[in-house]
Amino acid sequence: MRPAFSVLLLTTLIGAAQGLFIALFLCELLAPSAATPTLLVGGSVIVLLLSGLGLLASFFHLGHPERAWRSMMMWRTSWLSREVIALPAFMAAAFAYGVAHWLALGHTLLIGVIGVVLSITLFICTGMIYAAVKVLKEWAHPLTLVNFSLLGCASGMTLAAAYASFVAPTLTAPLAQAAFVLTALGLLTRGAALVRNAKLSPASTLQTAIGIRHPHIVQKAQGAMGGSYNTREFFHGKSVGFVRAIVPAFLVLSFALPLLLVLTLPLLAFILQYAGLLAERWYFFAEAKHPQNLYYQGNS
Amino acid sequence: MCACRCGIKVHLRDGEVRYIEGNPDHPLNKGVICAKGGSGIMKQYSPARLTKPLRRKAGTERGENQFEEISWDETFDILEKRLSHLRATDPKKFALFTGRDQMQALTGMFARQFGTPNYAAHGGFCSVNMAAGMIYTIGGSFWEFGGPDLERAKVFYMIGTAEDHHSNPLKSAIGDFKRNGGRFVAINPVRSGYAAIADEWIPIKPGTDGALILAIIREIIALGLYDRDFLARYTNSGQLVNQDESSKEFGMMMRNPEGDKINPLRPHNFYWWDRHTNHAVDDHAKHADPALFGSFIMPDGTPVKPAFQLLKERVADCTPEWAASITGIDAETIKRIAHEMGITARDQKIELPIPWTDWWGEEHETVTGNPVAFHAMRGLAAHSNGFQTIRSLAILMSLLGTIDRPGGFRHKAPYPRAIPPNARPPKGPEAVQPNTPLNGAPLGWPESPDDLFVDAEGKPVRLDKAFSWEHPLSAHGLMHNAITNAWRGDPYPIDTLLLFMANMAWNSSMNTSEVRKMLVDKHPDGGYKIPFIVVCDAFQSETTAFADLILPDTTYLERHDCMSMLDRPISEFDGPVDAVRIPVVAPKGDCKPFQEVLVELGGRLKLPAFTDAAGGRKFKNYPDFVVNYETAPGSGIGFLTGWRGKDGDKAMRGEPNPKQWEMYEKNGCFFQYHLPPSSQYMRNWNKEYMEWAQQAGMRRDNDPVIIHIYSEILQGFRLAAEGKRAGKQPPDELRKRVATYFDPLPFWYAPLEDDQSDLKKYPLNALTQRPMAMYHSWDSQNAWLRQIHTYNYLYVNSQTASDAGIADGGWMWVESQWGKVRCLCRYSEAVEPGTVWTWNAIGKSAGAWNLTGDANESKQGFLLNHLISEELGANADGKRFSNSDPITGQAAWYDVRVRIYPAEASEAEESSPQFETLNPVPGMEARNMGWQAWFAGSKKKGGA
Amino acid sequence: MTQLALVIDLNVCVGCHACVTNCKQWNTSGAAGALTDCNPYEAEPNGTFFNRVQTFEVGQYPKTETVHFPKSCLHCEDPACVPVCPTGASYKRKSDGIVLVDYDKCIGCKYCSWACPYGVREFDEQRKVMTKCTLCVDRIYDMSLPEDRRKPSCVLACPPGARLFGDVHDPESEVSVAIRERGGYTLMPEANTKPANHYLPRRKTTVTVRDEELYRSDNPHKIDGAPFDKNLPPTHEELN
Ligand SMILES: Nc1nc2c(c(=O)[nH]1)N[C@H]1C(S)=C(S)[C@@H](COP(=O)(O)OP(=O)(O)OC[C@H]3O[C@@H](n4cnc5c(=O)[nH]c(N)nc54)[C@H](O)[C@@H]3O)O[C@H]1N2
Ligand SMILES: Nc1nc2c(c(=O)[nH]1)N[C@H]1C(S)=C(S)[C@@H](COP(=O)(O)OP(=O)(O)OC[C@H]3O[C@@H](n4cnc5c(=O)[nH]c(N)nc54)[C@H](O)[C@@H]3O)O[C@H]1N2
Ligand code: SF4
Ligand code: SF4
Ligand code: SF4
Ligand code: SF4
Ligand code: SF4
Ligand SMILES: [Mo]
Repeated sequence: MRPAFSVLLLTTLIGAAQGLFIALFLCELLAPSAATPTLLVGGSVIVLLLSGLGLLASFFHLGHPERAWRSMMMWRTSWLSREVIALPAFMAAAFAYGVAHWLALGHTLLIGVIGVVLSITLFICTGMIYAAVKVLKEWAHPLTLVNFSLLGCASGMTLAAAYASFVAPTLTAPLAQAAFVLTALGLLTRGAALVRNAKLSPASTLQTAIGIRHPHIVQKAQGAMGGSYNTREFFHGKSVGFVRAIVPAFLVLSFALPLLLVLTLPLLAFILQYAGLLAERWYFFAEAKHPQNLYYQGNS
Repeated sequence: MCACRCGIKVHLRDGEVRYIEGNPDHPLNKGVICAKGGSGIMKQYSPARLTKPLRRKAGTERGENQFEEISWDETFDILEKRLSHLRATDPKKFALFTGRDQMQALTGMFARQFGTPNYAAHGGFCSVNMAAGMIYTIGGSFWEFGGPDLERAKVFYMIGTAEDHHSNPLKSAIGDFKRNGGRFVAINPVRSGYAAIADEWIPIKPGTDGALILAIIREIIALGLYDRDFLARYTNSGQLVNQDESSKEFGMMMRNPEGDKINPLRPHNFYWWDRHTNHAVDDHAKHADPALFGSFIMPDGTPVKPAFQLLKERVADCTPEWAASITGIDAETIKRIAHEMGITARDQKIELPIPWTDWWGEEHETVTGNPVAFHAMRGLAAHSNGFQTIRSLAILMSLLGTIDRPGGFRHKAPYPRAIPPNARPPKGPEAVQPNTPLNGAPLGWPESPDDLFVDAEGKPVRLDKAFSWEHPLSAHGLMHNAITNAWRGDPYPIDTLLLFMANMAWNSSMNTSEVRKMLVDKHPDGGYKIPFIVVCDAFQSETTAFADLILPDTTYLERHDCMSMLDRPISEFDGPVDAVRIPVVAPKGDCKPFQEVLVELGGRLKLPAFTDAAGGRKFKNYPDFVVNYETAPGSGIGFLTGWRGKDGDKAMRGEPNPKQWEMYEKNGCFFQYHLPPSSQYMRNWNKEYMEWAQQAGMRRDNDPVIIHIYSEILQGFRLAAEGKRAGKQPPDELRKRVATYFDPLPFWYAPLEDDQSDLKKYPLNALTQRPMAMYHSWDSQNAWLRQIHTYNYLYVNSQTASDAGIADGGWMWVESQWGKVRCLCRYSEAVEPGTVWTWNAIGKSAGAWNLTGDANESKQGFLLNHLISEELGANADGKRFSNSDPITGQAAWYDVRVRIYPAEASEAEESSPQFETLNPVPGMEARNMGWQAWFAGSKKKGGA
Repeated sequence: MTQLALVIDLNVCVGCHACVTNCKQWNTSGAAGALTDCNPYEAEPNGTFFNRVQTFEVGQYPKTETVHFPKSCLHCEDPACVPVCPTGASYKRKSDGIVLVDYDKCIGCKYCSWACPYGVREFDEQRKVMTKCTLCVDRIYDMSLPEDRRKPSCVLACPPGARLFGDVHDPESEVSVAIRERGGYTLMPEANTKPANHYLPRRKTTVTVRDEELYRSDNPHKIDGAPFDKNLPPTHEELN
């Protein structure tokens, strides 16, 4: 698949936002005294900022952003539709949470619970958008969901630690430790997905694609020499070497370095981790081999 | 009607073309339409359309593509002045050559009226071998003149055809044929297009089909699988041939001076050796049956043999093993297909309950046929041994008894015609006189050496040297040599060259790079070697850049046209059909139908056929001309055969009908005449049909057209070359050539270029094929079609390519002894290892067709023509012959020998040669950049 | 329940692209239009087409088959593209099984095209909506057309008749009969989308000639004499 930058931004930004929100809520729940309004209100602002940016980025992915509201219609069948509902709902909860803390309106735990539920729902929706594309075997697996959630939580937690280091230093250490654990877990599950995907054998072959059983089939023409949507959208357009190089890059950036740094330099850890996750997401797309590509292999 | 000939219906919305569909009632395409036809909108609204008459800007050089708009008045003045001077002084200094011209009836007539012999259309570089090889054998041919009856055939052999003139009907017929369980065998070095769906693909080395066919003929004769009854009665197999080597008549048919005088102009006074009485008798004598084999002595002592005996002797050594060594097809396969053909013909006879009477009065209760069909086109034709190869094929088809019979080959009106048809070329320089029309059409069919168009020394009179001893039977001229000859002034320089519908600076020239230089070459005194070039085209092509004057033509949607019985109509097996085009949209800008230009010029130049008694212009316009013109005063024969007679109630023949166009339009733009079933078959010998054809004006005589298994006509030329015949004599240096190739019996020789090529150095053959979704050079301007074929690769057998160190998709060189081209390589398993090929004319010169200079067509696309020479290398006397069949002058496109090697990594990644980018010319619409979307009636054409 | 579909006969498809451009011209000027072309006269021209013809080489020389393979939306019975669409712009009609996109609802998120295994949806770069084969809905029900012309544009165009159109749920329809009798199959059955469009495979007709058929008693050699050997070979009948 071709990684669309808008989607990379969307998923990484809201993932971090969701993780951050959960972190804030946990702070309030487990360390009510240390969780100052500055932390919680400011944190909520960051959550909103990140998810707002994500939402904005997502519009760039749409052909008709002015009709985006329509995408809520099919929540019964479409995970994308569900995401489109869950994201604003989550943002609303984060907003309410922040406002409630700011204006000391109370019910913050209840709002927090709702927010956390929505955050988890949103993780599920986002993950399922990909996991539900059955034809993409690399994606169609629970690990996709797990990774979206864990990596979101990890980056959110790292961000929380970084933010806490400025406004609530006492919370920095526990948050960083949590981030460490989540990042380590993320490394495990993401690693598992890498290992799994490396071993995948495609369900579809050129033989099933055109219905001819013969070991030697070579495409000579795609029907359009100047290319088409189908030759663009489903190919990353980068060399094999480049794609391969991305893996160690994102492993180092999103996992190794944050693990090293989060306990000491959480802000740097977050910046590196976020950059790493962009690379991770890029690879997530590039790695997915769409069976439609069987029809777009050779040209003349 | 669409660009090549299918019937179409054009739907408009708000005056703009919205949808073009096949006309379901049309006999040719019956509602289907091809990729090109379905993209007609993008042709019509192409930014490459020329809309203004243009003159080369004063002070600029030819080829620089600098033009200025002028008015039609000025255009006509320029032409009138120049041409009337030429006509009054030396009419042959005006040369008119037309490419994919479908109104040769008019263009040919214009040339004749003008008085210049220098006229030809694309036939000479297209498929004249096909026409001549078969017409000189069976009186009809593939191409528009006949085809395979796939409705009833059981097996079908397609040889060397990629797309064909009859493309949609052929596709439909093959589809039905396969669905009905017919067996389809494709013989072709490449498997693409039609061959893709063949039940069997037999890859063959290019230029070797003659050997294959002769071996099949041998096998058929050896096993007695020939249709004896058919051969005996309907071919000259039983006719006796003079075998007295000392005689001046050696190799000619024995003739009985007292014999049958069916037709004094072409006496049918032959002998048979009657096997019942063991005596020589008149051919077709009652109760006689000719011996086909044997050797006999005539009462006057002359040794004779039946023609079939001579054929048998000819093929005696053509064993399957011999053919295998030449064709690359193993002997077993050759035998197998020979058996398949023979047994199917013999055992699956078709019998139709249709009584008919043959020419000699014998009544037959049924029409019978042998369901073995063939089709062949340029894969056979476009080689320098094509004529003899095609003659072999026609003979094989005759042996199997499949000529104009159900399940085999069927003629289309106006064929069958006499062997050869009665039109003769002019006979000598005296035929060309100032201010005088030629006394016959500029093109024709020589029957004997005396019909050649040569001067007293035997030198050519025509610019292209057609009908000279170099290419005696060049019935369609040699357009591919016109520019080179004019440039060299051999046989003489000309003044004005008018090119219509031909892209001669690109895909219809061989040796394109050099020809482009000739077009701009000058004498030491600074004058152009070809002083004045006029190009009539509807689009900006590579060639318009070389014009001094450009005449912007209309498209097929903007003008009246007709597919006339006088040219190449769209007849069906069961009777004549002709068709018209009616304009559906107004001409764009100031463009004007070329027909109107000719009618106007004809009037201005006072050409007799275009001038009334008072010396004024005779016809209002082209439609008026079509309605009122008659081949001779009162002949009742004109361009169209439908709705003739004052009230339109006559067919084929009748007085002009002023309402003729309306009546065609009402009938879906075509006229179809169904012959009665008793006249639909065996037409070469069908009495009823022949009488009708003569009466309808399709034939001069009504005599039978006997198939020439043995060609006395060719022997006549050979006798002249051997000095045994009175009359016109070849120049001495050509005697051997004529004697060699004018063999009355079919034979195979390697293509002429092989003899001149170092086959070790250039081991491969290079071919082109037509892509189904492009028409020659002029569809790259089409925004839709160019997305399908944006540029072209050279297809090379995977093994051959990897042996040469060339990567799949990599840049490579392909080189002949004449030139070299850099191109992209594509591995293929569907091509014979000794052949490389590409799609025809996808590569373009930068900027032509109003594409941007960086368009893929010019940067990655390439034209193979740069590798093909229009002339063979010099022989011992330093003489260069045209790269053509020595009999017909057919351009030998597919003879070229090449080698291949990888391009260096350091080389530019673009095709070579490249030419300077052409700029748009005045009057052309700006091209849409970025994007465009066609929504008829409400234009949404974009800008970037 | 009706399920309209195309059946493509690979046995007779010659790869002429008639279906491609005729689809384009019908749909660009019709209800589905206009279909954009990008760089129409420049380098890398490309554009929106609902139907493409591809070419594959199967086997190795000389046992090669050249297969032309037309492909458009298969109007799946269980279309992967429909449930994922967040707006409902992609839908499958109950009445006749045609899968369509409502351009007025489509937000151009491209999600449907990810879900479709076949690469037949094309995003129109100018209109910014997802497009695909409509089975020519604006033609097949047009009562102003004669009945035999109420077929998709590509079907009407196809010169060898390699494209059949009809209801694959009606066992008596031309398409069902063809699928049944000629081994019709679907693409990527493992994707479980149950395509309605089917493909008919290549078939081969051969002629077998038995030795005893070669030489028969009515052989003209009995009249003419054997040409290359002096002695006539005995016929099969004579041998028995
Ligand atoms: N290498 C190689 N070369 C070949 C061949 C091959 O097989 N291999 N094939 C040869 C054969 S068979 C042929 S017939 C020739 C064809 O070669 P050409 O006769 O040159 O054919 P085209 O390229 O179709 O078109 C010629 C011109 O006609 C113009 N044209 C189109 N429509 C109209 C119209 O309505 N009016 C006017 N006035 N002009 C119009 C086009 O714009 C174009 O410039 O090519 C030959 N060249
Ligand atoms: N779409 C489309 N249709 C066209 C045209 C077009 O440009 N586009 N042009 C029209 C014109 S002008 C013409 S003349 C006709 C020509 O129609 P075709 O005669 O089909 O012409 P080519 O495309 O030249 O195909 C020649 C075929 O012969 C094969 N071949 C070459 N050499 C040999 C050989 O020695 N032996 C055998 N057995 N095969 C050989 C080639 O591989 C190729 O398949 O098409 C007409 N129809
Ligand atoms: S074959 Fe020629 S005439 Fe027929 S539809 Fe195609 S372009 Fe038009
Ligand atoms: S082929 Fe693709 S686009 Fe068409 S219905 Fe099936 S899944 Fe949807
Ligand atoms: S691109 Fe349009 S049709 Fe496809 S899923 Fe998105 S909204 Fe639906
Ligand atoms: S059915 Fe209509 S829309 Fe679909 S491919 Fe055919 S012509 Fe195009
Ligand atoms: S129109 Fe018919 S034969 Fe031509 S490519 Fe399409 S399906 Fe094949
Ligand atoms: Mo041609």
